[in-house]
Amino acid sequence: MIGHDETPMASPADGAACGPTADVAAPVMTDEMGDPAPAPEIVAEDDRLVVNIGPSHPSTHGVCRVLVELDGEIVTKAEPIIGHLHRGIEKMAENRTYLQVVPLTDRLDYVGSMYANWAYCRAVERLAGIRVPERAEYIRVIVCELQRIASHMMAIGPAGADTGATSLFMYTFWQRELILDLFESLCGARLTYNYVRPGGVAFDLPDGWAEQCRTFIDQHPSAILEIDRFLFGNVIFRVRTKGLGVLSPEDAVSWGASGPVARGSGVDWDLRRDDPYSVYPRLDFSVPVGERGDCYDRARVRLWECVESCRIIAQALDALEEFEPGVIKAEGLPRLLAPRPGDAYDHIESARGSLGVYLVSDGTVRPYRMKVRSPAFVNLALLPLVSVGHTLADLVVILGSLDPVFGEVDR
Amino acid sequence: MDIKELREHLCATYPDLCPLFSIEFGDGVLSVDRSRFHDAAADLKSLGFDRLGMVTAVDFGDELEMVYRLQSREMRAGIFVKTRLPREEAVIETVVDLWDAADWQEREVYDMFGIVFTGHPDLRRILLTDDWVGWPLRKDYDDPTIIRRPDYL
Amino acid sequence: MTFVWGLLWGLAAVMLIAGGAVVGVWWERKVAGRIQMRLGPQQIGPAGVLQMIADVPKLLFKEDIVPTGADKPVFRYAPLAVFAPVAMSVAVIPFWAGWAPLDSTVGMVFYLAIPSIGVLGILLSAWGSHNTLATIGGLRAAAQMISYEVPRSLAVLSVIILAGSLQPTKVMDAWQWWWVPLTFVGFLVYLIASIAEMNRGPFDLPEAESELVAGYFSDYSGFRWAIFMMGEYGAMISAALFGAAVFLGGYRWLPGVPGLVLFLVIAMLIITVVMWVKWTFPRLRQDHLMTFCWTVLTPLAIVQVVVAGVVALWL
Repeated sequence: MIGHDETPMASPADGAACGPTADVAAPVMTDEMGDPAPAPEIVAEDDRLVVNIGPSHPSTHGVCRVLVELDGEIVTKAEPIIGHLHRGIEKMAENRTYLQVVPLTDRLDYVGSMYANWAYCRAVERLAGIRVPERAEYIRVIVCELQRIASHMMAIGPAGADTGATSLFMYTFWQRELILDLFESLCGARLTYNYVRPGGVAFDLPDGWAEQCRTFIDQHPSAILEIDRFLFGNVIFRVRTKGLGVLSPEDAVSWGASGPVARGSGVDWDLRRDDPYSVYPRLDFSVPVGERGDCYDRARVRLWECVESCRIIAQALDALEEFEPGVIKAEGLPRLLAPRPGDAYDHIESARGSLGVYLVSDGTVRPYRMKVRSPAFVNLALLPLVSVGHTLADLVVILGSLDPVFGEVDR
Repeated sequence: MDIKELREHLCATYPDLCPLFSIEFGDGVLSVDRSRFHDAAADLKSLGFDRLGMVTAVDFGDELEMVYRLQSREMRAGIFVKTRLPREEAVIETVVDLWDAADWQEREVYDMFGIVFTGHPDLRRILLTDDWVGWPLRKDYDDPTIIRRPDYL
Repeated sequence: MTFVWGLLWGLAAVMLIAGGAVVGVWWERKVAGRIQMRLGPQQIGPAGVLQMIADVPKLLFKEDIVPTGADKPVFRYAPLAVFAPVAMSVAVIPFWAGWAPLDSTVGMVFYLAIPSIGVLGILLSAWGSHNTLATIGGLRAAAQMISYEVPRSLAVLSVIILAGSLQPTKVMDAWQWWWVPLTFVGFLVYLIASIAEMNRGPFDLPEAESELVAGYFSDYSGFRWAIFMMGEYGAMISAALFGAAVFLGGYRWLPGVPGLVLFLVIAMLIITVVMWVKWTFPRLRQDHLMTFCWTVLTPLAIVQVVVAGVVALWL
């Protein structure tokens, strides 16, 4: 035993719980069938070392705690412990009107707020039978593809930082910054946009915005090439990430992986093409797919998706010119939506995978139940599967390659 | 594959599931009884629904409804599977043996609704702390920190 | 009297390293800034030069935290065990023709041996922190620093063979300009192994911030942390000075004071290259690190020694 067995781990007995425990004056509800099982803590076998990574740690990409059991430097067990950022958004949504839920969805995936806005709005539109004007659909496609680039920049930069190439962060954030400037002039916010609304979008494009956007997508592919040379051209990065955290296509499908995590494994599945929504059938783009399913391919798929997004944005900007400005909202939309009783599910391809929103309505102005099918949550479940057998240094690279955003994982 | 073709395909392959299939607002829904649920899920998997998209539950008072969203890559179609569980005995068979994706998602449903999945390898709270009391997304969950908004807001 | 002189020289070496570290922090910020499309410090003084003065009080006034579970005496004094060998190693560097602060007849061996003691300080600080991440970092440091000692020593050995002496000033006297092309591979091996010795990127595994937070000094704060940083920058300065002297000729290129200035400029360039490497490359993994040491650097260093030996015979 090299280290200290008694790794400080918060056990439920510490009293550090943040929920209403039995001594709080809350009505105690017990369910005889559903008593919580005792928390299984990882007990170190033999001369293994248990290391607690997080919840506050430089490279957990948020507040994630990973309990790792190490044999030397080799990970023999890894268990993500999530929920530190759980805000109960699904419960909060039951207490708000349909329009008031939109800002909540911003806070789900705070690196890609536009997606959550859009997925939620699609579910509402499906529930209430709202037809969205085409101009609004094109604007949604443009902002969401920009958001995809911004979000992937947020994934690729940390992929470099996780392996130690901190300078790459600045190069990717430079591109992300340009996009955030575009968003700022579009809706005034840089992180939580609240831009896509049920029935359309909040504002039309400001004057000159389309030109600024074109300037961005013109320079973006060359920036991508620079990032490509910087990171993927580096022999240390290649050696470190090739063959690391291999996810087989069968596992990817069975575990429900989606987005670049699944496509990196060669699962050719992109909702934009395979379950087309909005105006995507009219746009010409290809879906980059990896072969080996390792961290390298996952990062690379993200990089080339950015180039494809530029193509999509260019086409959408061209198409946008044919529509009359100002028609960005469905007509005759009541201020308080009260859709038919029933349920609706819709999903879109976010930067992390298929982001779905399931809404149940009881005919009142508030959703009876909202469920967010979060791709980051589902992808993060893969961590124990793909990280065992690799070193501790690679664990953080694998975690980064799954690209979890904990606002969306914990909801 | 659109929804009508899906129904024909389903009825041709598994005639016993055909009467359970309905189309609600454009979505294919398979409403099965709890006793037949796992068999129906296995049949759907062999039909080609290789992805488990979403597992969730809805509290309808006396009953809790389990909602599974399945997705098929070959057929390019999605389907809902819904099962009603009595509130007092919210137990259902797990589908982790069919789709690994159910692992964490069923844990989340257990965490939020207290629905017990028999056969689940590791059923415990996932988002909330292990010592949390109550099932927060049930409608009768009460907590002094939840402030109900008045109706005019 | 010798004791007083020794004390004064020791103080001078500490001041040199402390001053060099302060300037080095500022310079590294500027270099890293340029690499990252930034400007680096700008606000305080012209080009932010006063930033280095601002950095020191900031570190001095920070709270000195000693974790409850730590082995307190070890935790408190381990930073000194990291810093002292680095300061000692500066003593044998030949700054001037025929003069080094400590002109020992075995100065070259002294230089190779003394900085390696620093690994003990790292191990002690890691162990004393009573922290799993720090322990892993300390053990990584031990494995890495001891392994890279081999190619580093072999690379220096090639110069010793050519000069036929272990005394730094004698080596400098014997130095010829054509040693630079002849021992260039040796110099590269020395530089890479030195980067690994001083635990800087891409070999900063002991303090790998992405998985170990800060490795062996995760729990340190305030001035004790500053001593670690001084040790790191001191090791960089010391290695750059020594490399610039024995491999690149140091003051021998020009006579008198210009020679000394050139020597310092060469050392500065080496430091800049070390920073450039750190801010460009990703970090190696432990197994790649060891493989690189034993299958690339060590054979190269051995080839260099053989070449130097053959040339020395032929001379």
